[in-house]
Amino acid sequence: MGKRIARSIVEFNRPPVIIGQGAVGGKIEGEGPLAGKFSEIFLDERLGQPTWEQAETALQAAAILHAITAASCTAEEIDLHIGGDLMNQCTATGFALRDENIPFAGVYAACASFALGLALGASLVDGGALSQVSCCGSSHFCSAEKQFRYPLELGVQPTPTAQRTATAAGAVVLSHESNTPQPRITRAIFGNVIDMGVTDPSEMGAAMAPAAWDTLRRFLQGTNTQPSDYDLILTGDLSQIGTQLLHELARQQAGLDLALLHRDCGLMLYDIIAQDVGTGGSGLGCSAAVLCAEILPRMRSGELKRVLFIGTGALLSAISPLQGESIPAVAHGVLIEM
Amino acid sequence: MEHEQQHEQYQDLVKQVSPKTPHAKRLILAFVVGGLICALGEGIAQVCIAFGVSQQHKRIIVPCALIFLAAVLTALGVFDKIGKHAGAGTAVPITGFANAIVAPAMEHYHEGLVLGVGANMFRLAGPVLAFGTAVCSLYGVIYFLFLR
Repeated sequence: MGKRIARSIVEFNRPPVIIGQGAVGGKIEGEGPLAGKFSEIFLDERLGQPTWEQAETALQAAAILHAITAASCTAEEIDLHIGGDLMNQCTATGFALRDENIPFAGVYAACASFALGLALGASLVDGGALSQVSCCGSSHFCSAEKQFRYPLELGVQPTPTAQRTATAAGAVVLSHESNTPQPRITRAIFGNVIDMGVTDPSEMGAAMAPAAWDTLRRFLQGTNTQPSDYDLILTGDLSQIGTQLLHELARQQAGLDLALLHRDCGLMLYDIIAQDVGTGGSGLGCSAAVLCAEILPRMRSGELKRVLFIGTGALLSAISPLQGESIPAVAHGVLIEM
Repeated sequence: MEHEQQHEQYQDLVKQVSPKTPHAKRLILAFVVGGLICALGEGIAQVCIAFGVSQQHKRIIVPCALIFLAAVLTALGVFDKIGKHAGAGTAVPITGFANAIVAPAMEHYHEGLVLGVGANMFRLAGPVLAFGTAVCSLYGVIYFLFLR
């Protein structure tokens, strides 16, 4: 059973093992810095489906299949699938599983859903309640634009702070045991909902940076560690502006310099200078795919040993900003060790 | 109180690190592209005159031609790429109105002809129609009372 070491921070006694992962992406994602690292790239942004929503479902199904294949197990051996996406009622996730015989629990923490899934899945496996759990998260540029912004063909000018929702999905299989050395989830932290009064939905990075900082600060305090104790502190999708803000908050409030140890998935998925992606990537699939395509393989190769992964999610809806609501955010994290 | 102060401080920080909208560049591009669309309209009008089309028919043909062109470019997936750079240059002329109707109609095609296309095609253009009608009615009252 996991041990509570501080408020909402759990340390696992039998750290669950990541026995396989899969990452899939769209054309633009496949042309970015992570080219060649995905399990599969779909050049057709509809993935052969009639609608954007079905395309995202297919994206997620592909990621799950790659993870299960990489883990050398079958769908029947998975006790529970924990997944989420950004669509209303998490349809991409639920629909992706309707042809699979896998028990399903949907989670929602916006773009922090994948990190939340890892934290919950690890807790259940560590406690012995379940033996194998799969986790998945996805987003699709076109379905997200349709739900949160404007129709794709509308000729609007993006604001200079806007990020690009990634067409990507990542999935992992967690297990209670493994015969070979694999990355393990050793600690998890569940985040507070933080709202610093940001109201512009094109300023997601700014809305989420305070939540990322709150979770990071509490994790460092609760575990009595320093940023230098980790090889990498990885945040979900703060992108350029959010990253600058996180560094500034860490400097102002704790005198910490995060510049060397911190990377953001939104800036790793795309080359923001060469690609037309605004200030970087966002969306649930961004952090899920970067973790699965880039970070976990680098851990397996021994290059990275301790990675603190903090997913960040902006908890707005399409109508909440119109009703004058500011944008609350949440950040959940897991410590992955090799 | 302390909360509000923290929010204000943070929002000042956000302003500092956020890139500014390149207003000068956007204004110039909007002016040039908007001007080109107007010139195109005038060109169509001149063609109408050359073919001996009446003044009354010319006034119908020119906007119809521009609406048709914008709708076709939207359907071909070209309009949004022009609009991304031209901004108000393509949005303000009647081309923007056509784009605002065709784009959501295409987006919601798979939700059915009535509840998908029909219900959503005026989602973005609806405010223009609503306030356009309201302002016209107001002008009608002013005209009736003072200018008649």
